Amino acid sequence: MSRRPVSAPAGEPAPQADVPAPADVPAPAGGSARPHGERRPGRLLGGLPDPGPAGRAGGREPEPGSGGSPPDASGRYSRRAAHRPVAGGGLRAPGADRSNALHAGAWWVWALGLAAAASRTTNPLLLGLLVAVAGYVVAVRRTDSPWARSYGAFVKLGLAVVAVRLVFSVVLGSPIPGTRVLVTLPEAPLPDWAQGIRIGGRVTLEQMVFALYDGAKLATLLICLGAANALANPARLLKSLPGALYEAGVAVVVAMTFAPNMVADVLRLRTARRLRGRPAGGVRAVLQIGMPVLEGALERSVAVAASMDARGYGRTARVPPAVRHTTTALVLGGLLGVCAGSYGLLATEGAGYGLPVLLGGLAAALGGLWLGGRRQVRTRYRPDRWGPRAWLVAGSGAVVAVLMIRAEAYAPGALHPGVVPLTVPALPLWPAAAVLLGLLPAFVAPVPPKEPSS
Amino acid sequence: MICFENVSVTYGGAGAAPTVAGVDLTVPEGELVLLVGPSGVGKSTLLGAVSGLVPHFTGGTLRGRVTVGGRDTRTHRPRELADLVGTVGQDPLAHFVTDTVEDELAYGMESLGLAPPVMRRRVEETLDLLGLAELRDRPLATLSGGQRQRVAIGSVLTPHPKVLVLDEPTSALDPAAAEEVLAVLQRLVHDLGTTVLMAEHRLERVVQYADRVVLLPAPGEPPVAGAPADVMAFSPVRPPVVALGRLAGWSPLPLSVRDARRRAGDLRTRLAGADAGAARRTGPAVHPKDAPWCAPGARDGSGARATPSAPATSPVSAPAPPPGGTDASGAGATGTGATGTDASPTGTGGTGTAAPGTAGTAGTAGTTGTASTTGTAAPGGPASRTPAAAPRGRRAAGKRGLSALFPWPGRGLPARDGAPDEETHDPTVLAQAARLGVRHGRVEALRRVDLVVRPGETVALMGRNGAGKSTLLGSLVGLVAPASGTVRVGGRTPHRTPPAELVRRVALVPQEPRDLLYADTVGAECAAADTDAGAAPGTCREIVSALLAGVADATHPRDLSEGQRLALALAIVLTARPPLLLLDEPTRGLDYAAKSRLVTVLRGLAAEGHGIVLATHDVELAAEIADRVVVLAGGEVVADGPTADVVVSSPAFAPQIAKVLAPQPWLTVAQVEAAL
Repeated sequence: MSRRPVSAPAGEPAPQADVPAPADVPAPAGGSARPHGERRPGRLLGGLPDPGPAGRAGGREPEPGSGGSPPDASGRYSRRAAHRPVAGGGLRAPGADRSNALHAGAWWVWALGLAAAASRTTNPLLLGLLVAVAGYVVAVRRTDSPWARSYGAFVKLGLAVVAVRLVFSVVLGSPIPGTRVLVTLPEAPLPDWAQGIRIGGRVTLEQMVFALYDGAKLATLLICLGAANALANPARLLKSLPGALYEAGVAVVVAMTFAPNMVADVLRLRTARRLRGRPAGGVRAVLQIGMPVLEGALERSVAVAASMDARGYGRTARVPPAVRHTTTALVLGGLLGVCAGSYGLLATEGAGYGLPVLLGGLAAALGGLWLGGRRQVRTRYRPDRWGPRAWLVAGSGAVVAVLMIRAEAYAPGALHPGVVPLTVPALPLWPAAAVLLGLLPAFVAPVPPKEPSS
Repeated sequence: MICFENVSVTYGGAGAAPTVAGVDLTVPEGELVLLVGPSGVGKSTLLGAVSGLVPHFTGGTLRGRVTVGGRDTRTHRPRELADLVGTVGQDPLAHFVTDTVEDELAYGMESLGLAPPVMRRRVEETLDLLGLAELRDRPLATLSGGQRQRVAIGSVLTPHPKVLVLDEPTSALDPAAAEEVLAVLQRLVHDLGTTVLMAEHRLERVVQYADRVVLLPAPGEPPVAGAPADVMAFSPVRPPVVALGRLAGWSPLPLSVRDARRRAGDLRTRLAGADAGAARRTGPAVHPKDAPWCAPGARDGSGARATPSAPATSPVSAPAPPPGGTDASGAGATGTGATGTDASPTGTGGTGTAAPGTAGTAGTAGTTGTASTTGTAAPGGPASRTPAAAPRGRRAAGKRGLSALFPWPGRGLPARDGAPDEETHDPTVLAQAARLGVRHGRVEALRRVDLVVRPGETVALMGRNGAGKSTLLGSLVGLVAPASGTVRVGGRTPHRTPPAELVRRVALVPQEPRDLLYADTVGAECAAADTDAGAAPGTCREIVSALLAGVADATHPRDLSEGQRLALALAIVLTARPPLLLLDEPTRGLDYAAKSRLVTVLRGLAAEGHGIVLATHDVELAAEIADRVVVLAGGEVVADGPTADVVVSSPAFAPQIAKVLAPQPWLTVAQVEAAL
């Protein structure tokens, strides 16, 4: 009885959160670009037409049955069945594992959306809200992995940026006309040719506040990037690169695993110095072990290279020479076009042709990359899927950005609180509400497993 | 499947001698072929030639023809053989390309362009086949040695290669992990028909699984192939069980413990009459005057070291040496009796021949004897209570604050010594750890570890990978600071002692001896060692010459073989003449010849009065030189006693000879030979 509802709503836009393997199977062992391309529309349209309804439904049958509630309305039922991660605990986000891991790109889109929103305002309250939103999502959804710990570093970097901005403002002055003088520093006399540059002099409250707003904006941008860094697995992100860039991606991944190994080497060799009766600290110790560490790193890289070679790294498909040459021409031509286009955009006289050339070049380069990917025989093992949760996460970031840009039109004053007649910044209601949308990932992204207690 | 036709490989210029020459060899499908031979005969080269890494990757000149599954390695680069040959090198960490187990298993298939559903299925199958399912999401860096090796094997298995090439797959593993890996290989050969070509130094672990053995007798000499028993008959490298078979004149030679046991009835009767004392003379002698077991007195003393009373305890217990000696060995017998080894009564020292019942009384006497010195109010009780009594004593000694409340008889002792430990420390104790705890972050690497090392004593630390052996050694040389408890080496606290002073008290040869070598030449290394140790110029060079004849001053340490490098590192740390010598995994990568040289050197050092502690997985080495074996598990000491007692009862740590001749207490071929 439960078989019918599952297979019936073929057109029902139930998001297929975790399509079991058979749904993705039909892709034969073809080029790497194809299965990828095929999968995306599937997500977009909310599910591929079911290749084997009976088999799939049969496989799933026990699951809804154990759920208990009879399928009163077929639509409701099938959504629950398809939305399996949600099914167990209502709308609660599932525990993260490999199958439902959020696409790394989604986190980046979300974070870039927040960053874009941050770049549109200098209102410290809104910026603070953005930082709070990013921080909260990181706090509830980050894993225990090394890159997840980078968030703290980014926060510190942001604070440093604010501090530097303030110091510069104090030392070098500011063009902001201000009336409330906080302190007057002795001004260093500068020669004529350095006109327009000031060192020391009056420090006004307005100028400090301006610098603070400005620095806070930059710091918020950095913190948003830090959030993406902490939430998205960089190795997985690199795995999502187009096939033609695969080699570069592997190089980065190998380098990332090398760095910790080298640090471990340094520590080991430094402690080993104690065994020879030499102090383990100091500059000399580091210098002396430099050579062995480099030798070790070199040996390890040779070993990894041998291992990769023996495991089929660099196997390429034979492609007709025509395709090869077209690839080269497209990539080179495209890159040239991008250069020329950007020049045109920046130079005053070329504004007319700049944009089309840039876009054309970009398209050509991307086409070249896609074509180059055909030389790759490699396939991808369990790539992160862009499922509904990824859409929600990425979408929430994008919506924040769009709403903030819109808000700039209807409430410019609220987004950029006045400095020269110094005003207390107010929290504009709608932009603040828009920023809060960025919290969505904290509820929809899969929950990372708790770190082991030991 | 694999076919070598008149293959020779030469590295370097045209004039260089070939590393391997005249190799004519065919490995049929589905065989497990074991490549044996001393170090440096070109085993790795031959293995590399199968996967095409030699000469495509390593350089050098390969003459002749190597075909694998019909593909000529001359025309096929390693990547084009990747679907046919799976290669696992000596160091699994250097083999990994990705960062998690599951990705690593899939990597090879991704490169080959297998369809995603196929990859998924094979990864799941391989996870089950190798018992890795629970580790699937783990970062590779967090795996233990055995797990890493299994992941490495799994990662080359997923593309379903027809040939598996393994270079020393079990050398770095503890016995149990090695069993895991070998069981997997067995399964591959039997169930999947995979052809396996494997080089391994630890023949005792693998020879019984081989269908055929290929012996490379010397560099540049053609290999000899044949049935394992036939090749072992004249092989210069052989496991103890084969050596025993040769000694007893069995034919065909036994390869496994089971074979040998079925033949050994006769030998056992012959040996039953032999003097077990002979074994003690040649083998792991239990020093009669040094307590073989951490005697309760010593243990309590070590516990008391937490308080300044420690030095004083020893003098008090010293005046009564005869009972002290008895209770020591009595306690030893009791302790091992508890672990179920009363089957080997002759294994313990002179008094150890006592039946469990007598041992019990001895133990009781021991407890009462020590009770008076440390104030433990544990009266004589049944033997089984003895081990419990000792901890109580230690606990009491550790709680100094509480002791003020209770009038312990021994409480007067702390008052006696105000002098620093330096002068009063007991010269019969080289190193002492008392209730030692070490933490690495959240992980408790060691918990309440007690250890005493005396001059002339050789202690083997055993236990699986990650049990805390290296950490214990590290804390004895001050590389690791204790989180709780105390460590004393030569009366000093190692991690607070300046390195330059500490090298005169204790020396450690790390797992990778290369870590100790910085200079470009052996000569420069020796000169640096002399300055480091403040020894007369030439001291180190003398030791090097003694340990390592025929190595020129100008040689680069990197050009030395594994065994030579170990000897050089040993010489360097011995330059400061430390009374205590620690070795971490010294036989890793050593062949039998290098190992026996090391054994000779270590025996000589022990005879000179050095205390030696070695952390090792090599049960044969432990059987050969250790007086005492300490087994660690999860950072705790789970067994501590004379080698014969600890090792014979354990299925994992028993050497082959012990397994063959059990219940008799023979451990090594040399002992048997001396007895016959």
